[in-house]
Amino acid sequence: MTDTSQTAGSRTGRFDLGRLLLEGRAFFALITIIVIFSILSPVYFSVDNFLTMSSHVAIFGLLSIGMLLVILTGGIDLSVGSTLGFAGVFAGYLMQGVSFEMFGMVVYPPVWAVVILTCAMGALVGVINGVLVAYFKVPAFVATLGMLYVARGVALLMTDGLTYNNLGGSPELGNTGFAWLGFNRLLGVPVGVLVLAAVAITVWLTLSRTPFGRWVYSTGGNARAAELSGVPVKRVQVLVYVLSGICAAIAGLVLSSQLTSAGPTAGTTYELTAIAGVVIGGAALAGGRGNVRGTLLGAFVIGFLSDGLVIIGVSSYWQTVFTGAVIVLAVLLNSIQYSGRKPSSTSSGGQDSSSKEEGKSRQADSAADSTAVNPASQP
Amino acid sequence: MSHNATMSSEEAAGEAILSARHVAKSFGQVHALKAVNFDVHRGQVTTLFGENGAGKSTLMKILSGVMRPTSGDILLEGQPVSFASTSEAQQRGISIIHQELSLAPNLSVRDNIFMGRELGGAAGVDYAEEARQTRLLMEELDEPIDPLTPVEELRLGQQQIVEIARALSANSRILIMDEPTSALSATEVEVLFKVIRDLKQRGVSIVYISHHLEEALTITDHAVVLRDGVMTAYAPRCDIDLEWIVRNMVGEGFDLGAPPTGYEMGEVALSLRDVSVPDATVPGRSAVDHLSLDVRAGEIVCIYGLMGAGRTELLESVAGRIPLSSGQVKLGGQDASHLSIAERIEQGLVLVPEDRQRDGLVQTMSVGENLSLASIGAFTRGLFTSRGREQEVVSSSIRNVHIKTDGGDASIGSLSGGNQQKVVIGKMLATNPRVVLLDEPSRGIDIGAKAEVFGLLSEGARQGLAVVFSTSEVGECLSIAHRVLVMSRGRIVAEFGAGVTKAEIMAASGESVAA
Repeated sequence: MTDTSQTAGSRTGRFDLGRLLLEGRAFFALITIIVIFSILSPVYFSVDNFLTMSSHVAIFGLLSIGMLLVILTGGIDLSVGSTLGFAGVFAGYLMQGVSFEMFGMVVYPPVWAVVILTCAMGALVGVINGVLVAYFKVPAFVATLGMLYVARGVALLMTDGLTYNNLGGSPELGNTGFAWLGFNRLLGVPVGVLVLAAVAITVWLTLSRTPFGRWVYSTGGNARAAELSGVPVKRVQVLVYVLSGICAAIAGLVLSSQLTSAGPTAGTTYELTAIAGVVIGGAALAGGRGNVRGTLLGAFVIGFLSDGLVIIGVSSYWQTVFTGAVIVLAVLLNSIQYSGRKPSSTSSGGQDSSSKEEGKSRQADSAADSTAVNPASQP
Repeated sequence: MSHNATMSSEEAAGEAILSARHVAKSFGQVHALKAVNFDVHRGQVTTLFGENGAGKSTLMKILSGVMRPTSGDILLEGQPVSFASTSEAQQRGISIIHQELSLAPNLSVRDNIFMGRELGGAAGVDYAEEARQTRLLMEELDEPIDPLTPVEELRLGQQQIVEIARALSANSRILIMDEPTSALSATEVEVLFKVIRDLKQRGVSIVYISHHLEEALTITDHAVVLRDGVMTAYAPRCDIDLEWIVRNMVGEGFDLGAPPTGYEMGEVALSLRDVSVPDATVPGRSAVDHLSLDVRAGEIVCIYGLMGAGRTELLESVAGRIPLSSGQVKLGGQDASHLSIAERIEQGLVLVPEDRQRDGLVQTMSVGENLSLASIGAFTRGLFTSRGREQEVVSSSIRNVHIKTDGGDASIGSLSGGNQQKVVIGKMLATNPRVVLLDEPSRGIDIGAKAEVFGLLSEGARQGLAVVFSTSEVGECLSIAHRVLVMSRGRIVAEFGAGVTKAEIMAASGESVAA
């Protein structure tokens, strides 16, 4: 995002303000939401309420961060909501004890093992997505749409449609502590929020400071150029889906811990909220543009908005309308931001004496815009 | 048909139907066209000659309404006109057929010809009438293809004729053809030329652009030569020959440096044995055909060839982008045929691709991030990249390849074409390669930047770098290369030392037998 400050710097002062509002729109939107709801409701503006809302945001935030990685490479992961539900059910299943009839015994894995196995399960879902997309060239939209159904179906099969309610474990079996994944508080902060913070910091460091982070951005920016520069594009693609799957599995653990139950239909349509968070955070669905900070802000905007609407007693039907309007507005602003770059990039890109190339890059620009406008058109 | 009546007088007069007067076009600081005058003669073929980047495409885009000139006038039958779009130009009878055809392959011939101009009927589109007109058009063009055939089932030459039919059905009087023969077989070219002659008979004026000089000479009535955005020569066909064109195209005093001397060349750095690459478009054909080549450390080799000669396929396969169908690539004596692109880069073999927008640059990343993309390992400590070390890599690259930029944080789009190219070259040189392959490194950059790029390569060679670059401009072969290889149909057909002449190279490439 260094280039935007450059472009902004060369504009007039008046335009700068507009630019600043545009660049920091997710932040300003969050402030606006907090101010409006604090005026409308006396209970909204309190540390306790913020923490409660944040623990709701944690679920979407985790999904959004995984989604961000995928979207940065130019892909999309529609399976995260189902993976979340599947992960919850899988963890619940492990907590009930795994019986090996052959040996006539029941194994109760400790919570840390449950966490690891569940994350591994999320990673496996990601591997399937990633391999389909990177090596079998299945469009990401279709591959992960298929996985959306498969993961949900498996979750329903595992429980026969029922919900696991007993996740507490028992001291005799040594598998207590599931509540520590999201329900409990540490120093007054819900554990789910801390988990989100830890994941966010890890991904932020990965994206900004590791070779892999650079590979993710270059794969999304121009996969062909990245490949010729020695970036292992296919492995990067697989890995982002794996990370997205793991994020979804963590979100599933946190959610079932918060609810102290694991249902197979948990997380239905959450993938759309996750995508919305990423997009509100300023990422381009065409790939290559976006960051963790923006995505977190996007997740908070959605979470604080919908919780605020609940608090002031707006009907849930209206909540849906508001959320949708915010998403459309965000994408609209995204396309304004990226098309705002167009004049500067073509006037300077046009110094290229080969006008053919200029036309190509312009086409690519407008293609990027059109995909940014319509999330569903992303293959 | 009415045009038969008017044909004879028009042909006799041969006056200008479309003219450009002092047309100039600038992109930022780069002047693609400088006060060009250009006439299209009624009912005749006017061919535009010029090297890559001479401004041919820009001029054609201005005439066909794709872009507007910075200054100057376009006169259509003596009247000044200004087209806001291609469809406006088309309404006035000017159509352009681009090198990349603009047909929808999934639709039928009929639907393509009437795309966007569907004939309305009582009940929706009048398909029967469309099909009737299509059949008529295709018969007139001697290519009686069934109107319902999907375009994707046609050969490329036939597709081209469908494009022409579409232009004719829109009542085009002026047809601009940009490199129409570049992808055609010899027989298809014959068919196309017959169609062009028929069109002339019908009073259609044609503007023709081609790199195949001799081929173009057989069809043209007038020749116009552009060089660096200036019209350098103009003459009717009867007054000129191939040599005249080449002389005016390339110009005199064209100095891109000389082969670096004064040092000993090293061992063989890159060795190709019997390398073959399948053609992606024509199954069964080889784009590179059992080609062998040795390049020594410190040597600069130029591969000259026309479009479709297999230069790009050769270089991309050596770099690991395309798999070989047979043969071996050896790097410093070690077999590198089965290494990935990343491993080859690690071993010191890098490629600067032909199309820098598509294959070279990541537009969403800054200049610095682009420069360091291929050498991230060099500034990674443990898990994390070191900002300080990366900054060193970036600033030394900017210095070494003389990139004019505000710094590593500037956006790629803020650079000129030449500087963008230097970013791609700098990125690959930052990996400390032993062998660098450059596919048309001078494409789309101005002459000053060209000289700088070649200067960089000379300097690299002096320090022991093996350099292989390809080009389709003869002038560039005569610059820094120690050896010039002429490539045609996937093979090396001739090899010259540094003292070669343009005529020898062109003769060997099959571009000319007369010169």
